[in-house]
Amino acid sequence: MQDESKRFVERDRNWHPPAYAPGYKTSVARSPRQALVSMQHATASELTGPAFRGLRMGPHDNDLLLNFRQDPSQGQGLPVGERIIMFGRVVDQFGKPVPHTLVEMWQANAGGRYRHRNDNYLAPLDPNFGGVGRCLTDEAGWYRFRTIKPGPYPWPNDVNSWRPSHIHVSVMGPAISTRLITQMYFEGDPLIPLCPIVNTLKDPDAVETMVGRLDMARSRPMDCLAYRFDLVVRGELQTYFENQ
Amino acid sequence: MKQPNSQPASELMLRETASQTAGPYVHIGLALAAAGNPIRDEEIWNEMARPEAEGEHIEIVGTVIDGNGDLVRDAFLEAWQADSKGVYQREYDLEKPFNSFGRTATTFEHGSEWTLRTVKPGRVRVDGIDEAHGAIDDKENDLASARSALLMAPHINLSLFARGINIHLQTRLYFEDEAEANAECPVLSRIESPARRQTLIARREEVDGKVRYRFDIRLQGEGETVFFDF
Repeated sequence: MQDESKRFVERDRNWHPPAYAPGYKTSVARSPRQALVSMQHATASELTGPAFRGLRMGPHDNDLLLNFRQDPSQGQGLPVGERIIMFGRVVDQFGKPVPHTLVEMWQANAGGRYRHRNDNYLAPLDPNFGGVGRCLTDEAGWYRFRTIKPGPYPWPNDVNSWRPSHIHVSVMGPAISTRLITQMYFEGDPLIPLCPIVNTLKDPDAVETMVGRLDMARSRPMDCLAYRFDLVVRGELQTYFENQ
Repeated sequence: MKQPNSQPASELMLRETASQTAGPYVHIGLALAAAGNPIRDEEIWNEMARPEAEGEHIEIVGTVIDGNGDLVRDAFLEAWQADSKGVYQREYDLEKPFNSFGRTATTFEHGSEWTLRTVKPGRVRVDGIDEAHGAIDDKENDLASARSALLMAPHINLSLFARGINIHLQTRLYFEDEAEANAECPVLSRIESPARRQTLIARREEVDGKVRYRFDIRLQGEGETVFFDF
């Protein structure tokens, strides 16, 4: 059963990166040339989406320091790198928390190498680091991961392009209309303004929405730093007037 | 504290977090086996229907093709569909016979096809009210109600993510053998060009007595798939 009066704030397509952004070369052949077909009246198909309270997760699914270690018995087997907490809140555009929603993340290791069959970068794999995490937000919309700070790495775009340190972040939100995949960058990284993928965005304020902020208050003395990264998904609206 | 009514309304609202490409290594996070990595106890993947699920069991395969006519070998897709009775089952639970949500990816080798194993979805009312339980009132002259009560043709909502795709592309898969329902579908008929509607129709095949549908997604150029904004 669908609340027929529900809808979401329109997605601002000038705020998000355009499909065709020639500075990011792979987008050239992978961007539609036709206009998107706009649905003025979203249907039940767009206004619903999956809920994951029934997905059984492992005890370390949100702890990348522990979820790939090879030899836990010896107290050994922690990944190399700067230990960090990455945390934040998922809210909608009206500031309303989004509880129990699925947040997933993946990243390179401290040397900038991904554990992926297609990544052949010079930097070595870390035997104790997988690079994947997932969790549900709590009642107030908070999520939390423990991981290491990923390294920057070179990639073939321009002659010498480098990705800033980043963590890929996926959030579902209340419906498929709110689905979003983004990347968290790290405050102060000089590679951010040089990155062709970051620069697919036209508005510098939009880039700011993707920067995780150092939070000393949440850092743990003699243990790890903390970065806060709040996610904003499309706002949910109720229609109060009959559409007649 | 800001004085009420002193700001433009748009500034009282937060901006959505900006999208970025899922990148070539999306599999690490969302399709672990495809990355070549161990899987966790429960993963969200492409077996949406177990054998005991009600409805017609089908397999759907397809490729993703770029503007040069080349296969996109690192595409990741998400599917969202109603069950065979036309109801979205929102609570994801791998112990249920059917889940409305699934994920798949094109393979790195061979024909680079993605695959979903599911049941054919039933028709869904525009407003999602379940025909069997919802009261259809007698407001025939109320345009909004009439629109809400329209039935969509069976379809699967697909979101496509990949390297080079800055914000995911959203499309719908319809079925070739539902010509009558397709002709009545208020969303399909919303597409101005009848020729372009055809890009959303999966073709029926029978392989070893099993029903299979083929749905190739063309990102750009001739036969470009219709993508939606909603």
